[in-house]
Amino acid sequence: MAIQGTRKMDSGFAAWLRRDLLLAYRRRGEVASPIVFFIMVSTLIPLGLTPEAAQLAKVAAGMIWIMALLATLLSVDGLFASDYQDGSLEQMLITPQLLPLPILGKVTAHWLTTGLPLTLVSPLLGLMMSLPSAGYLPLLCSLALGTACLSLVGAVGAALTVSLRKGGLLLSLLVMPLYMPVIIFGTATVSYAVDGVNWLPPLAILGAMFAASVALCPMAAAGALRVTASN
Amino acid sequence: MSRLSNWLPTNWQWFNRLGSPRWFYHRSERWLPWLSLAALLVLATGLVWGLAFAPEDAKQGNSFRIIYIHVPAAFLAQSGYFIMAIAGAIGLIWKMKISYMVMKAAAPIGAALTFIALFTGAVWGKPTWGAYWVWDARITSMLILLFLYAGVMALQYAYHSVDAASKASAILALVGTVNIPIINKSVDWWYTLHQPATIKLTSAPSMHMDMFMPLLVMIVGFYLFYAVALILHTRNEILRRERKTSWVRELATAKAGG
Repeated sequence: MAIQGTRKMDSGFAAWLRRDLLLAYRRRGEVASPIVFFIMVSTLIPLGLTPEAAQLAKVAAGMIWIMALLATLLSVDGLFASDYQDGSLEQMLITPQLLPLPILGKVTAHWLTTGLPLTLVSPLLGLMMSLPSAGYLPLLCSLALGTACLSLVGAVGAALTVSLRKGGLLLSLLVMPLYMPVIIFGTATVSYAVDGVNWLPPLAILGAMFAASVALCPMAAAGALRVTASN
Repeated sequence: MSRLSNWLPTNWQWFNRLGSPRWFYHRSERWLPWLSLAALLVLATGLVWGLAFAPEDAKQGNSFRIIYIHVPAAFLAQSGYFIMAIAGAIGLIWKMKISYMVMKAAAPIGAALTFIALFTGAVWGKPTWGAYWVWDARITSMLILLFLYAGVMALQYAYHSVDAASKASAILALVGTVNIPIINKSVDWWYTLHQPATIKLTSAPSMHMDMFMPLLVMIVGFYLFYAVALILHTRNEILRRERKTSWVRELATAKAGG
């Protein structure tokens, strides 16, 4: 791929980030649905398990993490879908920029519109599920890092299934096994803090996963889009 | 293929030729009887040795003998994923048709072996741990491996275009390969965090030589069996994908005539 010397390396990143944020702002209802889903499912847990505070507190961190994972999974499906339908994905593929950078811009926009709001809402859910007070800061930190990993890995799955008509279900099948390390260390961060143990090590591992995903996932997604978008 | 032959040394021509489905189909016909015979002999030796002659386990009695199926299957299930991913990578890098076919053939075999490993593990778990299923680190890793295989197979079948199916699942297999060590390590770590007190793993590092030798024979036998199964599946896939070429048609008319 030839990069013209006059073009800035990050021009694709910033342009696609701004575009996707603008689109998200104009479709506010659509963007809000993962967060509404996140809050609604949390009502099912006391109904399905038990309303007792002591028992809820035990499962709170894990449940919030699983719901965040599902909410991300629901929304990551649409990462490339509308671009594929209206043809702007083709335009992205033929731009002279390095393809991973526009993709990273799109993923960043996705995280800013789903992962970040989910993270910010999570203390409210923690309160509803009587999470012990030591768990709030670790929950915020781990969700902020973890949902970024989920968006990045999800982008690879979304790229692999973009041209399939029923890609959503397949996408979750492909991506769910890859999400398991994230959920292990995400919940561990919170449970360490609740148990009064130093919770920075699992958070650091989440950070390492995030660093690896930032480096590798946009490239894998770019390779996948080159294959799938033309078929 | 021409670009490849430019920089490969001449004695690497076999690699080049291997890329031709036709050459592989005819050549593998000569390999198959020998490989099948070897697999049969080694598996029979290992099974008879392991099931009849190896000494009984002091704690588990005869129930430990399922190890001679369980461990080789688990072994091959894991290497099978790497074999599949390497085949996919060769396809992506050198654009070899045949390696995509090998990749497609490897997925169901690997998934079947993973299932066998999980199933024999459950059967073995009942007398040993008192439960068919426990959330042990190795069992959980194997289950996730089964999901990874399922993902590759599902993606393979989701595309109508052979080219897109091959390349997409090759990328997925490579992503999975990067993730397998991370998943295994995370699950190990998770297990040490939640280790239930009731389960004591009967670890086998201090396995007696009389028990270990048949296991080694069985692992070699499973590798041979895997090779036979992979070649058979690949040959099927070659015929399916190349059905419009003249050599496959000639083959079919020759079979029908004879």
